[in-house]
Amino acid sequence: MNRYMAKEKLKKPRRKLFHRHKQLNRSTAGNTLIFTFMIICGCFMALPLVMIVNNALKPLDEIFQYPPKIFVRNPSLDNFTDLFVSMNDTWVPFSRYIANTIIITGGGTIGHVLIASLAAYPLAKHNFPGKKTLFSMVVLSLMFSWTVTQIPIYMIVSYLHINNTYWALILTAWQYGLGLYLMKQFMEQLPNSLMESARLDGASEFRVFWSIVMPNVKPAWLTLAIFQFQSMWGNTGATYLRSEQLKPMQYALLQIQGGGAARAGAAQAVTFVLAAVPVIFFLICQSNILETMTSSGMKD
Amino acid sequence: MDNLEKAKHEWTLKKRIYRARYSYIMLAPYFILFFLFTILPVLASIVLSFTYFNMLEAPQFIGWDNYVKLFLQDDIFLIALKNTLLFAVITGPISYLMCLLFAWIINEFKGKVRAFLTLIFYAPSICGQAYLVWSLILSSDRYGYLNGFLIRWGIIDEPILWFQTEAYVLPCLMIVQLWLSLGTGFLSFIAGLQTVDKSLYEAAAMDGVKNRWQELWYVTLPAMKPQLMFGAVMQITNSFAVSDVSIQLAGNPSVNYAGATIVTHLLDYGTYRFEMGYASAIATVLFLLMVVSNKLVQRLLRRVGE
Repeated sequence: MNRYMAKEKLKKPRRKLFHRHKQLNRSTAGNTLIFTFMIICGCFMALPLVMIVNNALKPLDEIFQYPPKIFVRNPSLDNFTDLFVSMNDTWVPFSRYIANTIIITGGGTIGHVLIASLAAYPLAKHNFPGKKTLFSMVVLSLMFSWTVTQIPIYMIVSYLHINNTYWALILTAWQYGLGLYLMKQFMEQLPNSLMESARLDGASEFRVFWSIVMPNVKPAWLTLAIFQFQSMWGNTGATYLRSEQLKPMQYALLQIQGGGAARAGAAQAVTFVLAAVPVIFFLICQSNILETMTSSGMKD
Repeated sequence: MDNLEKAKHEWTLKKRIYRARYSYIMLAPYFILFFLFTILPVLASIVLSFTYFNMLEAPQFIGWDNYVKLFLQDDIFLIALKNTLLFAVITGPISYLMCLLFAWIINEFKGKVRAFLTLIFYAPSICGQAYLVWSLILSSDRYGYLNGFLIRWGIIDEPILWFQTEAYVLPCLMIVQLWLSLGTGFLSFIAGLQTVDKSLYEAAAMDGVKNRWQELWYVTLPAMKPQLMFGAVMQITNSFAVSDVSIQLAGNPSVNYAGATIVTHLLDYGTYRFEMGYASAIATVLFLLMVVSNKLVQRLLRRVGE
């Protein structure tokens, strides 16, 4: 197998950039046009990333420079040194904040992906009374403005006595409608024969879900993980968490950022860190999406 | 006889429910939480929309008053409604097509290049620095990049006050909104294109599909219909709910409410004036608008590939 692949590579070393699974011709002119178009748009789209990196490397005098420049002239890592100094005199040890983030962001993301997928499977592939109603409720709920539901949610959280615990953030995040909708749409595409053969072999529905359905919709749940991670990461927990010991790292970082002009350098480093974590997570998920699809010759 | 029919139906319903018990067990964890933290709050908000509620005193029932006031007395709401519909009609479809187009182009690339390109185009959605970038570009003095360029080329003599001139506010916001549009829908298209069965393309080529546009319309799009539906709902929720961009760039209230949208209006009442009943009425109207447009869009999407 390996030797075969090596041969393939030797034979066609130029086929790395495009993958031509299709038999259709792509004209050179068309490709050039698309490339140029992508580069122009890409420059605009990349601006926020470029700015964050450059600002993080700017020494203080360049941060306060007016008019502001996008690119840094004398890059330095002083801002990060400032940030580390500030991280040492937070209310509770900074490692505690990091642990909280792992619990809240990690738990919120993994749990949501699991239970939303688990619920999406019967909605996509089973027949039972109430199926349509449940599904359309989820889709419709996406259209209701969350600003006005915040107060009722807060009251329910208090009523359940989970205020000021991790659960307040995690449980409210596990039930987002977007995840269920996304997973259901992808599972719907799977051919029924895929599941049928597993059932004939005596697999339970949970087993079918776990070892047939989930591996085949890996692009979907990796994408969902990106969305959920981002929304958990953006949630500083200020509404539900009062104890400093429970607050996530993002909250502590924003506190440092809000330190005014004296911490302007550290603030830029904070912006960098706050953006870098989801970007890294994004890249890990995105490159995995690709690997699965090229390695498995799924679908019948 | 009638009773017999009824009993029969009930029995089969019970039987159907019993036979689907595993489905319900799988649904349970999600839907219990969903009822608690979404359905109940939404119903509560709809009930609140018929009350006067200032978040300090108990809500007072006032019937349809909020809705009457909204449509008959609140001029700003009508401006906001007009602006929101403009966003929905103009940026909505363009954003949707952009998501599709860019996802489709990126799908031609491979490996690290592909992940990197996806990141670049998704960057505005992941970084949250959009406002900073655009306030640099559209700054109202001559140091703003756009003003600087226009002055250098001799098109204008004086810097234009982009977000302080009524006529420019909405177009500027729309451009920023378009720039921000490669978000949820875009990523789901990227993932959806990955799951399209590759053998379909070969079969289509044999069936005489000639160019990539035909391939897109007859093979790719029909194969990813579920994702198209998902993307459409996301697009509707996004373009009807434009607010952050407007508040950060044009302010709330903006000049002569030129940048007001339904959600900025809602935030005005909900978070500054603490009139939760009225804010809930606005949210309910917005909800109905989205539901109707969703129905229309879903009907359109059913025609894809025909």
